[in-house]
Amino acid sequence: MAAIELRGAVKRFGPITAVDGLDLEVPEGICLGLLGPNGAGKSTTMRLLTGQAIADSGKLRVLGHELPGDSKAARAEMGVVPQLDNLDVDVTVEDNLAVYARLYRVPDVGAAVDKALDLARLRGRRRDAVDKLSGGMRRRLLLARGLVHEPKLILLDEPTVGLDPQIRTELWTLIDNLRTRGTTILMSTHYIEEAERLADEVAVMDKGKIIARATPAELIAAHAGTHTAEIYGPPERLTEVRAIAEGQGLPVRPAGPAIAIVGSERAADGAVPEDAVIRAASLEDVFVLLTGAEAE
Amino acid sequence: MSAQPGRRLRRLEPAAIGGVMSREVANFRTYWKGTTFSSILEPIVYLLAFGLGLSATLVDEVGGVPYVQFVGTGMVATAVIFSSALPAMFGTFVKHRFQNTYDAILAAPVDVEELVSAEMLWIGLRASVYGCVPLLVTIGFGLDPAWGMLLVPIFCLFTALGFAGFGIAMAAIVAKIDQFNYVTALFVTPLFLVSGAFFPIDELPQGFQILAQLNPLHQLVELVRGGAFGYEAVDLLRVAGLVAFAFVMWRIAINRMEARLID
Repeated sequence: MAAIELRGAVKRFGPITAVDGLDLEVPEGICLGLLGPNGAGKSTTMRLLTGQAIADSGKLRVLGHELPGDSKAARAEMGVVPQLDNLDVDVTVEDNLAVYARLYRVPDVGAAVDKALDLARLRGRRRDAVDKLSGGMRRRLLLARGLVHEPKLILLDEPTVGLDPQIRTELWTLIDNLRTRGTTILMSTHYIEEAERLADEVAVMDKGKIIARATPAELIAAHAGTHTAEIYGPPERLTEVRAIAEGQGLPVRPAGPAIAIVGSERAADGAVPEDAVIRAASLEDVFVLLTGAEAE
Repeated sequence: MSAQPGRRLRRLEPAAIGGVMSREVANFRTYWKGTTFSSILEPIVYLLAFGLGLSATLVDEVGGVPYVQFVGTGMVATAVIFSSALPAMFGTFVKHRFQNTYDAILAAPVDVEELVSAEMLWIGLRASVYGCVPLLVTIGFGLDPAWGMLLVPIFCLFTALGFAGFGIAMAAIVAKIDQFNYVTALFVTPLFLVSGAFFPIDELPQGFQILAQLNPLHQLVELVRGGAFGYEAVDLLRVAGLVAFAFVMWRIAINRMEARLID
């Protein structure tokens, strides 16, 4: 049975359709990265799954529970790590965890708190108020709070957005450990690297729909080929190079100051200039080609 | 793994309500000293001012009751509304819109109904304790203790539940925190001034007297004075009125918060 099953889910906010006939199935035990630009509908999808948004139409099942009717039972078995830090800052680390252990009806609150403290590596800071912690510690605590009841399924909403690289790497290690233990993870992100490193499968979301889904390697092979050529230079020259490549049917995308010819291995003579930087095709190439958005 | 169809029908689970209240208790432990200090000092300052100022120069007694005792019993209502409506308004607004606390709680197996009930219950219990402080202070100023006073925390509880519900509903309705100025000026201040806490209502024009009967704080003031100076039969109606007020505000608060929290 799939941990998450959405069929034709639609969610509108007035004239805006945030989720537009979304089909999404997350099998048990995998980490699925939901990759999409800002405004693609990732956060709304997360809110549909926690019953904080009610779909206008479609069928939604989470861990075998029908939503929205059985949403409470589904929430009891899943953990959620929000995008924004909403810890209680004046309260101690252990009280933050204990409150959520109670909300999730954990029978032995003390044991659950100890376990979560170990996971977040905050045992020594248990009696400190949260506002005394560093940014990285707070993030680890936020993650541990969502795991305090050892859920079967965990929703990570942009888990490392706005964090510095060191904290991000730390969190990736924690998330990777969960994945290894067999917890099903649905992780929304707009960081390509995050999806590439953590996700068994990536679903690219745009305008409220899934537009591609496979393992990162399969996505790259299917949509980007093997190599990408990046060309730097003055705008007139880039326009010229772009025209030649597109004339040969090769996709070209902006890459910051440069342009990138995706699938450059298929280029005929002359399309890829001598001074081009050739690199392996990446998930970023796929993302930009599919969504038209500049990747972060 | 199988779904548990029985679970969805369960509303108002004590575990959920207790969990949300335990969060409030954990936070309260970090700020209780200040709140408690001001709740004790305020009635003392008021009673000293009224006792030494007003009663020495303008009013000596109201209906046979020394003015200090009249105001002291009336101040229970002031303490209740200020420790229920205002914390409910500001606390709910801050937790919902600035701290995103409710997003996290509602991602756990807690419904809006449970969340609102827990918040109301916590504020109600706290305000029913703080509401008794002016009464204790007035005893220090010479009011004779009476058995009837033992019911005062219960009257305070229902009044505070109602005003907590009112405050939560207002927090759900306003768009910006500044709009609480309108709520305070239009509802909170008039309700507490025309509650009979500081001057007797029966001196007012008849229109105001009728309006005052609809003011839960007036009913609370009358009940507290009943506790101090002797109950009347009509007090049962007043209690029923406060219970109805609490119930209606509870449902309104849940309804408005559901509209605000669930897309």
